[in-house]
Amino acid sequence: MKRREFVALPLLALPFAAAGQENAHVSTTDPLVYAFTKGRSVYPGKVKLELPQVAENGHSVPMTLRVESPMTRAEHVRLVFLIADKNPQRDLAVFYFGPHSGRAEVSSRIRLNGTQRVVAVAELSDGSFWSDAAQIQVLEAACTEGG
Amino acid sequence: MALARIQVPEGLRRGELAEIRVIIQHAMETGFRRERGERIQRNAIHSLTCKLNGEIVFRATLSAGVAANPYLRFFIRAERSGELEFWWLDDEDVEGTAKARLAVA
Repeated sequence: MKRREFVALPLLALPFAAAGQENAHVSTTDPLVYAFTKGRSVYPGKVKLELPQVAENGHSVPMTLRVESPMTRAEHVRLVFLIADKNPQRDLAVFYFGPHSGRAEVSSRIRLNGTQRVVAVAELSDGSFWSDAAQIQVLEAACTEGG
Repeated sequence: MALARIQVPEGLRRGELAEIRVIIQHAMETGFRRERGERIQRNAIHSLTCKLNGEIVFRATLSAGVAANPYLRFFIRAERSGELEFWWLDDEDVEGTAKARLAVA
């Protein structure tokens, strides 16, 4: 390799760096994440996970997630999975979309076992992965014991 | 037998986005709750599909991390009228179905 080419190498990586620190919200070796990504990088962006900042209790917390995508046959969102690390079962849900969805957006109500960070990861039709995280304070956890 | 309520917008035009909302009556038992000292078995809806004229337009895998009486709101592009058909299955292998009419002008 010529010296000139060598110097240009970091510049080639720039567009990817601009997309944000990869794997900022997830670990590529987390088995839950790996099951979908097979070790590929997850970039922060495109996904928006909306949770209230504070929830009185964790029994029924409104959640909305949406992914920026034209939702055409050529370019759409395949799926989004939700991980709640402090829940007894971390993999909370997977939502599947397609061009027929028109818009990659879903709302639901979820249970949260205490204050935590919830992560949403989207897989696009081009095979890329994007993520968002939301920190939520849960004053009274969804009961895992007693109740 | 689980019950569900489906809300579908009216007066849809072809190609318009349709916001679909569904609430299914289901305890989504976590397996952590107790009744008179007895642990209640975990039983949650784990699979759900929504078909329009037989074609899957939305699908989700859920868990007990979804609140009791699961609520879902999602979109489909309304290309033509048809029957919107929900199907779900819980941990006790009990199926549920619900239908609604999607009318596209």
